Amino acid sequence: MIHSLFLINCSGDIFLEKHWKSVVSQSVCDYFFEAQEKAADVENVPPVISTPHHYLISIYREKIFFVSVIQTEVPPLFVIEFLHRVADTFQDYFGECSETAIKDNVVIVYELLEEMLDNGFPLATESNILKELIKPPTILRSVVNSITGSSNMGETLPTGQLSNIPWRRAVVKYTNNEAYFDVIEEIDAIIDKSGSTVFAEIQGVIDSCIKLSGMPDLSLSFMNPRLLDDVSFHPCIRFKRWESERVLSFIPPDGNFRLISYRVSSQNLVAIPVYVKHIISFKENSSSGRFDVTIGPKQNMGKTVEGVIVTVHMPKAVLNMNLTSTQGSYTFDPVLKVLTWDIGKITPQKLPNLKGIVNLQSGAPKPEENPSLNIQFKIQQLAISGLKVNRLDMLGEKYKPFKGVKYITKAGKFQVRT
Amino acid sequence: MWETHCKPGAKMTDSKYFTTTKKGEIFELKAELNSDKKEKKKEAVKKVIASMTVGKDVSALFPDVVNCMQTDNLELKKLVYLYLMNYAKSQPDMAIMAVNTFVKDCEDPNPLIRALAVRTMGCIRVDKITEYLCEPLRKCLKDEDPYVRKTAAVCVAKLHDINAQLVEDQGFLDTLKDLISDSNPMVVANAVAALSEIAESHPSSNLLDLNPQSINKLLTALNECTEWGQIFILDCLANYMPKDDREAQSICERVTPRLSHANSAVVLSAVKVLMKFMEMLSKDLDYYGTLLKKLAPPLVTLLSAEPELQYVALRNINLIVQKRPEILKHEMKVFFVKYNDPIYVKLEKLDIMIRLASQANIAQVLAELKEYATEVDVDFVRKAVRAIGRCAIKVEQSAERCVSTLLDLIQTKVNYVVQEAIVVIKDIFRKYPNKYESVIATLCENLDSLDEPEARAAMIWIVGEYAERIDNADELLESFLEGFHDESTQVQLQLLTAIVKLFLKKPTETQELVQQVLSLATQDSDNPDLRDRGYIYWRLLSTDPVAAKEVVLAEKPLISEETDLIEPTLLDELICYIGTLASVYHKPPSAFVEGSRGIVHKSLPPRTGSSESAESPDAAPSGAPPSEQPAVIPTQGDLLGDLLNLDLGPPVSGPPVATSSVQLGAVDLLGGGLDSLLRSDVGGSPAMGGTSFTAPSAVMPANLGPPPSGGLGDLFDLTGGVGTLSGSHVAPKTVWLPAMKAKGLEISGTFSRQVGAISMDLLLTNKALQVMSDFAIQFNRNSFGLAPAAPLQIHAPLAPNQTVEISLPLNTVGSVMKMDPLNNLQVAVKNNIDVFYFSTLYPLHILFVEDGKMERQMFLATWKDIPNENEAQFQIKDCPLSADAVSSKLQGSNIFTVAKRNVEGQDMLYQSLKLTNGIWVLAELRIQPGSPSFTDLELSLKCRAPEVSQYVYQAYETILKN
Repeated sequence: MIHSLFLINCSGDIFLEKHWKSVVSQSVCDYFFEAQEKAADVENVPPVISTPHHYLISIYREKIFFVSVIQTEVPPLFVIEFLHRVADTFQDYFGECSETAIKDNVVIVYELLEEMLDNGFPLATESNILKELIKPPTILRSVVNSITGSSNMGETLPTGQLSNIPWRRAVVKYTNNEAYFDVIEEIDAIIDKSGSTVFAEIQGVIDSCIKLSGMPDLSLSFMNPRLLDDVSFHPCIRFKRWESERVLSFIPPDGNFRLISYRVSSQNLVAIPVYVKHIISFKENSSSGRFDVTIGPKQNMGKTVEGVIVTVHMPKAVLNMNLTSTQGSYTFDPVLKVLTWDIGKITPQKLPNLKGIVNLQSGAPKPEENPSLNIQFKIQQLAISGLKVNRLDMLGEKYKPFKGVKYITKAGKFQVRT
Repeated sequence: MWETHCKPGAKMTDSKYFTTTKKGEIFELKAELNSDKKEKKKEAVKKVIASMTVGKDVSALFPDVVNCMQTDNLELKKLVYLYLMNYAKSQPDMAIMAVNTFVKDCEDPNPLIRALAVRTMGCIRVDKITEYLCEPLRKCLKDEDPYVRKTAAVCVAKLHDINAQLVEDQGFLDTLKDLISDSNPMVVANAVAALSEIAESHPSSNLLDLNPQSINKLLTALNECTEWGQIFILDCLANYMPKDDREAQSICERVTPRLSHANSAVVLSAVKVLMKFMEMLSKDLDYYGTLLKKLAPPLVTLLSAEPELQYVALRNINLIVQKRPEILKHEMKVFFVKYNDPIYVKLEKLDIMIRLASQANIAQVLAELKEYATEVDVDFVRKAVRAIGRCAIKVEQSAERCVSTLLDLIQTKVNYVVQEAIVVIKDIFRKYPNKYESVIATLCENLDSLDEPEARAAMIWIVGEYAERIDNADELLESFLEGFHDESTQVQLQLLTAIVKLFLKKPTETQELVQQVLSLATQDSDNPDLRDRGYIYWRLLSTDPVAAKEVVLAEKPLISEETDLIEPTLLDELICYIGTLASVYHKPPSAFVEGSRGIVHKSLPPRTGSSESAESPDAAPSGAPPSEQPAVIPTQGDLLGDLLNLDLGPPVSGPPVATSSVQLGAVDLLGGGLDSLLRSDVGGSPAMGGTSFTAPSAVMPANLGPPPSGGLGDLFDLTGGVGTLSGSHVAPKTVWLPAMKAKGLEISGTFSRQVGAISMDLLLTNKALQVMSDFAIQFNRNSFGLAPAAPLQIHAPLAPNQTVEISLPLNTVGSVMKMDPLNNLQVAVKNNIDVFYFSTLYPLHILFVEDGKMERQMFLATWKDIPNENEAQFQIKDCPLSADAVSSKLQGSNIFTVAKRNVEGQDMLYQSLKLTNGIWVLAELRIQPGSPSFTDLELSLKCRAPEVSQYVYQAYETILKN
């Protein structure tokens, strides 16, 4: 099981360590640093590293490496999932998961880590339960505490800990009872040079914000549940009911949580909402090149494509770029060689275009690789897969909740090869 | 410095605790800890904890902090506990002071405090304290509150880690086992987790004794416990062996919903259970198909998670794809690489793409690979180029496109791309000879830019192999020769072979060159491999160029499609470890987990309920026909051995006996080193330097003397695997029939096999006072039809006290009857006095025939074909022999090494043998070389007639121990 945890920042300082069994010396991290050095880029550090006596399993989140030390055979996914859960908890408690936030709240961090893992076994990882055990810091509370001398630690056993619904607190009370569902779909796609789709799929999630009193039992049904054949559920969902009736039936956790995530992969269902026309070429022996990119809407079901940003990692030999855009603004980072073109909304009448000259280092050979375009966009009020919520019913409580569903489609890893 | 009174409204953060580093700090903290004000105390403890967190030594404050423990403030209590856990080890005497409070807290009315106390006590790794822990722990294990029980369950595991004996003596393990039937699922899950952890350090103990009832309880708890508990329970379920396919199916049905869990570790553990139990389901079952379909989506979904999760998932998918390619065969596209994937994800995806490549999707795959070959990352580009070559070899229809793609890439002149391309083109040549040689000219243009050994060696191989088509082959090779001593061994060996090839093809122009390389290799080199190979060529060339041609220019076996499939036995074992570290490293845990005291090897359950049941071991093989089985050839690391093997490969035409002209002197010169060198080559592995000279060459029993054809004849025998002249192991004679039972006739004897002939060597002694005559012998029917091939010929009567030695030739054409034990032979001997009966056991290896060497491909196919339940495992204890010595010893008795591999420091020998009645026995022998403490060999035998395995094992043991 998980033996120890080290938090390391980008400059290689170990700024927090926690041991759940015996103490493991910091020097074990040297193996990690070695791997980090070899990987050059922080994102390329392998997540599982073996050392003579231990294994290091790490994740990289918000510029922090969470490095766990393990000694026995243990499922690495279990460790990685847990580390992400730790990071999520910090995010949840402190608003951000950063070195400063962790240092500012080091005692709470320590208390949380102690509460989340016992002897390497996960103990309480649900945010609802943790918040009952250890209250998140707020300015007001710390002021009150410092005056009254009261503690920010719960004195009673969290109610969810042992019930069959560990994700929900027992006594929940709201004056306004609300249930919101956000259907968020991201399109992952690879488009080749000629504009045809090499690969496309939709990663969808339904994020919920439920503030309902008591023990509500909800059922959410869809107009077209057949779309959902590859789904991961929050533990609260009754699987049998879904199998038989294709209805999501559940007693929700209190607050924000991800109800389901799903994947739609069959090619014909994935509409590609934008197209790109591009010429990026480098002339032989002239240390310059041409750049001309136009982006336009396609298959967007009559909605507006907005928040469009094009990012291009240019080859190393590129010195700078002289471009003019018909819409939006562009920046080129000459150190990272990243071109960012912030377009905003696409109007079909006048397609945004960015073109001009690329200057290469003199004498450098013509770059071999063709840069890929990374595209971000958003379409409000549309789930591109066509998924639609039919109705939400509530049993178990008498009040009438306020219900809302919102749809949004975004670009995920959307790449256009040139 | 830190302010004691916080002004209301001031920002309260803990970062202030980090500002104190000055000298008097400890002193100040001490004062604050002993303050009367609760709030001040708490702040002080917080500061202490903060210092501890960043690794500062605050152990000097131990007594002061412990004094704060007796408080009703839960937060303060927890903070003190935190401190205690960290420092108790270094201050054991002080820690005792805390015991009373702990014991008291274990009785607290608040379950939170009870649980906290027992939990913290378990974390204090001090012997004196653990003694006091037992009573509170016992109470807590039976506490009315499940929260306390589940905490106590984990505490047993902690205590076991500190003092295993104590836990056993106190009976905590039984209590823990009882908790598996607890009414609360969380308690069940924690009990399972604790038991699993304890069981890991005690593999032999039967802690998790699973039966259908306990399985049912676990499956019920599975639905209701937390995600982490589900992981523990699923991992535990995976160790269960269902009694039949129906039970397996019902467990699968109840586990399947876990595939939709949001936690990827739960999903992968569920996949493990399903992959394992699926093995038991008949493929004809509808449910089998349904299950296959259900497995694909969750695996694909794992790929949309965070990159670290993706990596682990991909490593596991790699195994799953090899075991059951049908699951993901339509999902190729999800493995396409995105340019901003981390490199470790990219490389894994590429690997899986190749595994899934087929005629149906090859066009897409190639287009992708070509795209990747122009990316920025060098490692990735290299692997992509290599992948194109693998596609060509795997999917014949695509070979032409692959070659032209590779040529395009060579035109880019990017140095590392060119080098990779040349390495893979060499493999393509070997797979499709005489098809793409037109590209050689293009390759030769890039000769100068090659600076990596592998690429240089590949290019040299190409030049040597196609010397007759390259006009200036001699010049090209000569240019390499200039810096011969600076080259790596791989290149040197290759250069030597290539020049010899060139000489055999164009003898007139290249005599000088070949002499030069031979003298470089034999005289100026310290490398025994190189020297040995040089000598072999030299002798061959100088004694019999015709034979040399047959050896060096022999037709090569075709390369097979997959170069890095995991061996089937290892793969099956790894499937049982899906989701664990073993699956990430593709090694069994025994190979790397520290402190794994004799880990039990896991294996897939045998398939039941289908037509290939255990009753008919000789029944038709399951699975695909042998021709479709991909064969394993050595990977890049074994390239050297592979090439060496090729060069010495079996001659195709011309009788090898034509080497009688070889002088016996040559044998002396070549010496024993050569023999063992050649023997190891048979396995296709690199003959490692020193061993070839130091290993004892027990090739032939001394009494036989060198065979007439000398060293080279031996060479051919070994590589050809036919007509070995040496005899198999002969046990010393033992008394079969004591004189007192046979009226004065004593018979002792043994069995032997020489040059294909079995004989029974008898020693007859007359211990009576009268002369014996008219001897005759007869065998009862026996398992292998052993019968005397000639009458027992004792010409003169046997006088008293006289002994006669006689060798009775045997054949195996007698009538067959199954005996028990199988190798029992009942013999009747008659003389002028009476008829006497005795029975003896013959060693099975006298039945091992000389042509018992199986082709590699055939071996693999057969190994896969024979159902797993026919596999038998044995241990040969205390056999401190090296792999080569073992192999040569066994070969003397017609047990042939088909292949040798080194897996995680262990030598694996794959061997075959055939019995006189045509039964093949396949063996896998695991050897730990060079470790005096591990002298046990592990032997797995697979045979369609599993009942012989036991006796084959005995034969192994006899041969190896003598």
